[in-house]
Amino acid sequence: MAALEVEGLSRHYGEREALSDVSLSLAEGQTLVVFGPNGAGKTTLLRVLASLLRPHAGSVRVLGSSLPGEAWAVRGRVGLLGHEPLLYRELTAHENLSFHARLHGIGELRVRELLASVAMDGRADEPLRTLSRGMIQRVAVARAVLHDPELLLLDEPNSNLDPAAVELVAPLIGAASARTRVICSHDPSGGLAEADLVLGLRGGRPALLRAAGEVGREEIAELYR
Amino acid sequence: MSGVQAPQRPPQLDRQVRAVGLWRTVGALLRKELLVELRTLESVPGMSLFAITTFVVFHFALNRGSVEGDLAAGILWVTLLFAAILGVNRLFVADADQGGFDAFLLAPVDRSAMLVAKALTLLAFLVVLELVAVPAFALLLLGAPLGPALPGLLATLALGDLGVAVIGTLIAAMAVRTRARDLLGPLLALPLFVPIVIGGARAISPLLVQAHPAGVGGPAIRWLLTLGLYDLVFGLIAYALFDFLLED
Repeated sequence: MAALEVEGLSRHYGEREALSDVSLSLAEGQTLVVFGPNGAGKTTLLRVLASLLRPHAGSVRVLGSSLPGEAWAVRGRVGLLGHEPLLYRELTAHENLSFHARLHGIGELRVRELLASVAMDGRADEPLRTLSRGMIQRVAVARAVLHDPELLLLDEPNSNLDPAAVELVAPLIGAASARTRVICSHDPSGGLAEADLVLGLRGGRPALLRAAGEVGREEIAELYR
Repeated sequence: MSGVQAPQRPPQLDRQVRAVGLWRTVGALLRKELLVELRTLESVPGMSLFAITTFVVFHFALNRGSVEGDLAAGILWVTLLFAAILGVNRLFVADADQGGFDAFLLAPVDRSAMLVAKALTLLAFLVVLELVAVPAFALLLLGAPLGPALPGLLATLALGDLGVAVIGTLIAAMAVRTRARDLLGPLLALPLFVPIVIGGARAISPLLVQAHPAGVGGPAIRWLLTLGLYDLVFGLIAYALFDFLLED
């Protein structure tokens, strides 16, 4: 079964078209990596798939449910890790995750497990504003997978993370997590290594859509010229 | 760091991920709101200081020993509403600036929970504000203890606060995603607060007449009923509209 089915998706902000005529299909358990320069529409695509933005044209099915009509069926099954951590700076890592756990009906045990798995259990009781960006990103990873989502939407997930932290979060959001993933990336080598399917966006329009094995690094680089 | 093992995906979690009940969600949101306010002290201290400062200004500007009746009731309500505006303006700022809206929208919860939780938060802020402001008002402007007028005053304030909390939450949710939110919030809220000022002031005016400290039969029941009806109407409007305000 396809986890994502997108047909002729368009989305604009006022007069500006952020996405235009995007179509793709992604099977369950596969990884789609989206490349494109800043402003190409990558984040908009993730927000539409997360049901946070309405598509203005075309059809979007996520995990078998049509958006925006059946968005209620998608909520709680998607994990979003964007540029913003979606965490409150004045709360501690533990308080933030506990808050999200309550919204998802999840117990405290899972919160503690995840804090340990991102190596934040030692600083779980410090307000987020006192933590480094890398630490906040680790807490954000824990927040994104707290409810064990079937679909992960990741916008440059390794930004702010050092190599050790990238290794640390890999079991949660990497290929080993065995989840369907959509990843926005600017890293051709790392992105191609993760991808089953590659989408290249330029100016909101699809410039490339092929299986990862058929895409060379030069083609990715061409998107940014 | 790399030695830390990631938790296995627990098989029972699928059963745990489920729609969360309204009141449980309200509880989670309310707890978060109060924690954030306790840490930042961004709203309630500012509201309280504003009210006290305004009473001090009135004390000197009016140049009289005490006020009573309509004037006293008007000063109290106008001051409380302007102080409430400060809280209304801050109500959704942390959510808008730190992604709390998105996190909430991604959760399998009833969106009305945010309306209820935010209105309860604002209500709590108003109660604390009045615990500070009403004694200050009595001390600086009434010149006489509230005494027997207190129960009627509390009943009127409770009904007024409910309306301010619901309307304030609705307006704050509308304004917070706009660039001019600091201006738009008061501009939209104040006209809607006018009936609360009218009803509240008329209801407590008889209580604040020093010749009859208990008033004649307590607060004006007609105005209390008007306040109650206004609260009910705006409660229903807010319930019907709030989901749309959170949508894209």
